[in-house]
Amino acid sequence: MRVRAGNTLGMALSLVAGDKQADRAVPPTGFTAQLTVFAAGAMAFLAVFALALSLATGRLADRWAAELARTSTLRISAPADQMAAQTQAALRLLQTTPGVAEARALTADEQRDLLEPWFGPDLPVETLPIPQLIEIVETGEGYDAIGLRARLQAEVPGALLDDHTRWREPLVAAAGRLRVLGWLAIGLIAAATAAMITLAAQAALSANAQVIRVLRLVGARDVYIARAFVRRFTLRALSGAAVGTVAGMLAVLLLPDADVAGGFLTGLGFSGWHWVLPLLIPPLAALVAFAATRAAALRSLKEQS
Amino acid sequence: MIELRNVAYSYGGAELFSDLSLVLGPGSFHFLTGPSGAGKTTLLKLCYGELTASSGEVLLFGADARAMDRDMVALARQRIGVVHQDCQFLDHLPLAENVALPLTVAGRKGDAAQDLADLLGWVGLTAQAGQLPPQLSGGERQRAALARAVIMSPDVILADEPTGNIDWEMSQRLLTLLIELNRMGKAVLVATHDLNLIRAAKAQVQARVLRLRGGRLQSAGVDL
Ligand SMILES: Nc1ncnc2c1ncn2[C@@H]1O[C@H](COP(=O)(O)OP(=O)(O)OP(=O)(O)O)[C@@H](O)[C@H]1O
Ligand SMILES: [Mg+2]
Repeated sequence: MRVRAGNTLGMALSLVAGDKQADRAVPPTGFTAQLTVFAAGAMAFLAVFALALSLATGRLADRWAAELARTSTLRISAPADQMAAQTQAALRLLQTTPGVAEARALTADEQRDLLEPWFGPDLPVETLPIPQLIEIVETGEGYDAIGLRARLQAEVPGALLDDHTRWREPLVAAAGRLRVLGWLAIGLIAAATAAMITLAAQAALSANAQVIRVLRLVGARDVYIARAFVRRFTLRALSGAAVGTVAGMLAVLLLPDADVAGGFLTGLGFSGWHWVLPLLIPPLAALVAFAATRAAALRSLKEQS
Repeated sequence: MIELRNVAYSYGGAELFSDLSLVLGPGSFHFLTGPSGAGKTTLLKLCYGELTASSGEVLLFGADARAMDRDMVALARQRIGVVHQDCQFLDHLPLAENVALPLTVAGRKGDAAQDLADLLGWVGLTAQAGQLPPQLSGGERQRAALARAVIMSPDVILADEPTGNIDWEMSQRLLTLLIELNRMGKAVLVATHDLNLIRAAKAQVQARVLRLRGGRLQSAGVDL
């Protein structure tokens, strides 16, 4: 295994150094070469989007989980004469609950602001039997919602804890699943690229059976013959993927800004150092092409003997 | 250097020859004659590992050809120069690069720029060096094939009808080249129908003439 790895490394190095001579031994093929470059470019373009999707949903999931988990609301619905007492009882209880950093009853003004979008500015909050809201800010670890509910039921009958879990969890789970799908898509794109390059290399090898025969007759070893094909397909995949990646990154860059609409799809993009990640796509494509062509070449050279 | 011991070969049907033995030692010079279809080309292919004997042993530089993997065969072929009857070239490369191909493949290109020029001059192909093989005449291709076979200065030279399409004067030049190499200790085996060539060679060098006929290999008489 070590020897093989060394061998592959040596081959990779000789690729970088360039062995034009081995390359020349195989006649150039214009049209199929362009197809390989195009396909590698298209795959890289798609990979950029899959990567953007993964990273964006990952960010989204993290943000939702972090933001939503840290605040929750307690709603107290009680007859007007008990409202103040129950609110005090709830606040006392919350202050002794582990995991609650802060609990604060919203003032009438704040409640009016919350309702304003629905009922207009002149709502007489004080005279209406609307519930009192208590905002809970959690510590990093959070509190035990089930335990808190049980205690509230016993001591503050009018209290209803809304910890957002009902709608938060499916969203976070969906974002997480999208992230997984994004990575899966990248994996599939890599596999499809490998399959496509293998097919192209196989076709090139059969088309050049006569060339391979002549090279063998003058004493060429399998690795020498393979090198011509490997080098060629690796460079094609690299150049195609480079163009596709740049195009994909430009397309992502030109997407509408996330914060304008604030929607989910418009948040697709890279942020900060994540812009480096798509730049890894061309070398990865070259690596995939290198491995695929080498395997295909050595296998079919074995068969052609 | 190459040794055949009780070798038999068949392309699936009847045996082409059986119980055939031959030693190509250093400095030996052999001619191989026989009717068309007798198996001369087949015998040569056994000698450079293109075919594997149905029975018997083929030793290439002391190693059993049957036990050699493709890499070992490739390395053995770098020590054997072959002129093929159907001269095979890389049609997309100019003649000079084709002639130098054994060097290129062995990673020894650059050693021999002067050798290449001299050799092309000797076989009269200097003017055609930049042409592609399909643009050459049959005789030019045969001369190029011989040049390619000897460029590595191999230990063994196997030539299958090297003078089939070549005029007498040029044939003698090629023969001189082979004789020079033979005097340097190379083993030479030439399959040919050309009795004049054999006579000319025998005047200059100690050559054995073998006749392959009816599956047997015999020494031909001194008088041919
Ligand atoms: N690949 C093959 N498959 C089956 N039969 C073959 C094959 N190659 C050659 N033969 C047969 O084997 C016999 C010997 O062929 P070979 O080429 O060795 O003859 P040769 O002595 O070189 O003839 P020539 O003087 O015409 O070149 C012929 O009858 C030929 O038809
Ligand atoms: Mg023949």
